[in-house]
Amino acid sequence: MDWGGIFSSALSDMLGPFAAIYALAAIGLNLHFGYTGLLNFGQVAFMLVGAYGVGVSVVTFGLSVWWGFLIAVVASVVLALILGIPTLRLRGDYLAIATIAAGEVLRLFFNSSYLQPLTNGSFGLGPSNEEFTAMNPFVGNKTYGLGPFGYSGAALWVMVVTWALVILGSIVLFLLMRSPWGRVLRSVREDELAARSLGKNVYNYKLQSLVLGGVLGGLAGVMYTMEVPTQYPSNFVPEVTFYLWVIVILGGAGRILGPVLGSIIFWFVFSILGSLLPELFPGANTGATRIAIVGVVLMLLMVFRPAGILGSREEMRLEVR
Amino acid sequence: MRSADDPSGAVESESVDPTLAAGREEVLHTLQEQHDEPTAAARALAGVEAVPGVPKPDPILVAQQVSRRFGGLTAVQVDHLEVQRGTITALIGPNGAGKSTFFNLISGFDKPSTGTWSFDGRDITGVPAYRIARMGMVRTFQLTKALTRMTALENMMLGATGQRGERFLPSLFRPAWREQDKEIEARADTLLARFNLAHMRDDFAGTMSGGQRKLLEMARAMMVEPALIMLDEPMAGVNPALTQSLLGHIQALRDEGTTIILVEHDMDVIMSISDWIVCFAEGAVIAEGRPDDIRSNRAVVDAYLGARRALPTAASDGGQAQ
Repeated sequence: MDWGGIFSSALSDMLGPFAAIYALAAIGLNLHFGYTGLLNFGQVAFMLVGAYGVGVSVVTFGLSVWWGFLIAVVASVVLALILGIPTLRLRGDYLAIATIAAGEVLRLFFNSSYLQPLTNGSFGLGPSNEEFTAMNPFVGNKTYGLGPFGYSGAALWVMVVTWALVILGSIVLFLLMRSPWGRVLRSVREDELAARSLGKNVYNYKLQSLVLGGVLGGLAGVMYTMEVPTQYPSNFVPEVTFYLWVIVILGGAGRILGPVLGSIIFWFVFSILGSLLPELFPGANTGATRIAIVGVVLMLLMVFRPAGILGSREEMRLEVR
Repeated sequence: MRSADDPSGAVESESVDPTLAAGREEVLHTLQEQHDEPTAAARALAGVEAVPGVPKPDPILVAQQVSRRFGGLTAVQVDHLEVQRGTITALIGPNGAGKSTFFNLISGFDKPSTGTWSFDGRDITGVPAYRIARMGMVRTFQLTKALTRMTALENMMLGATGQRGERFLPSLFRPAWREQDKEIEARADTLLARFNLAHMRDDFAGTMSGGQRKLLEMARAMMVEPALIMLDEPMAGVNPALTQSLLGHIQALRDEGTTIILVEHDMDVIMSISDWIVCFAEGAVIAEGRPDDIRSNRAVVDAYLGARRALPTAASDGGQAQ
């Protein structure tokens, strides 16, 4: 078994474009769940509208990729409003149900022959990243390496931009959370009624949180399209949302760097499983096993380390409500 | 929590630490004595007739035909109720009499089936809870709602209204709200000290005891700078020593001009600190009046205690009333 190769590719994946894309989407989920207490089980829906926002603009309507970025962000805001306005006045569980359904509805809808003129249905929509690639300062097909890390120029360009967005997103989240705005958000997480009794418009804050976190998910979808230029609705299965939940909880919900660290560790382990399982069980369908292992890890985390790596166990133990 | 049919305090006095109980009796006596010299609030109510729905000289809260039905059950049916500004008004009544539901209705946390009500001359019928709080009418909850994973200071600072940094865009730029935040912090520290919580300032509210959480919740409500504060069973589950300090705080607030409405089951407490008492039974106001009026009110005694028991009288307010 080529341990060196497995390890080296795991290290590369750990900081690779996908780790960055998932970190970006997970920052949004962390804002929802970790800071506001919103149960969003459909973060993948925001990634979908982000990816297709760019795809439809660029491929179907021939717009510039910059318009695509803008339209993707607007589409994420609209989705957040559609999901939030009817459900955020209700108990938290309703948002969970609405989001998980929205993710599936959108995936099937974008796959349908009805929308095929716009989305090209299950045949895939692309490529939508040509303008983005044209700006690549690296040489696309050259491999850049440093020690065990190695990336193609194309991947490196996506990485640089996406990690920059991750850093920007983390800074914005940090600034928000140390402010009185963040204080209100955390009070909503702790007890909505108490926040209302102190004159806070809880509904409004939840909606703001849902929109901002949704936009981060949409941007992750945009960068996903820059990495994988032809997108299929089947890329946006519910598993993606649950990977994001593993990332948020693994890193530590309600911690600024939680999703970033979570994504790095997740992709390291996920990559090792991806190379190791086929070697251990040749010929078996290890893809499903890999996903099952992620599920088991999420369960074990919830039982033994619900506060994640960066979270505080003492804080977690304080009874809520 | 004491049950409604044991208002005298006798049972609890036997079951708690005798020194605490003794301290409690002392304080209640002291409060009673203070009460005997009429306060400004009591004087304002002096000429008011003790009948349900009676108009007050300077009402801060007026409720008219407020009712709330759950299916076929009428939980609240208040024809007319006025609360005098600057007084401690107690709502009493057996469990299920509709006191808390009435609280929820007028604070905007529940929607009534019928009725209108106004606060400080402004009609606040159907106004959302958060706006009512901003107008200066703040409530606390029967089950304390401390924000457990936030520090005592953060709990307090949350209470301040009109914070610039609570708006999305200004919150990103610290200079836009830092000065105001410092002022709020100073005010929070003053209140924490006043409620004997200064030493818990940076501890998570979740590490506090039940009584400390009650204090924190009351202090936090004061951060809103309310004209009217509604306390839902502030003494429930609080030990006698802490009850004294809570009572002291409530009276001090009243003396500073805040109007207080409280729901409470402890009759010793009610009789010693209230300026006016409103008795609920089966959703309706069956009596209101000064403590002395209520003690001798046949309807209250029947509804609240059953016909064979009596409320503690002025002569035996130590709690040995039976």
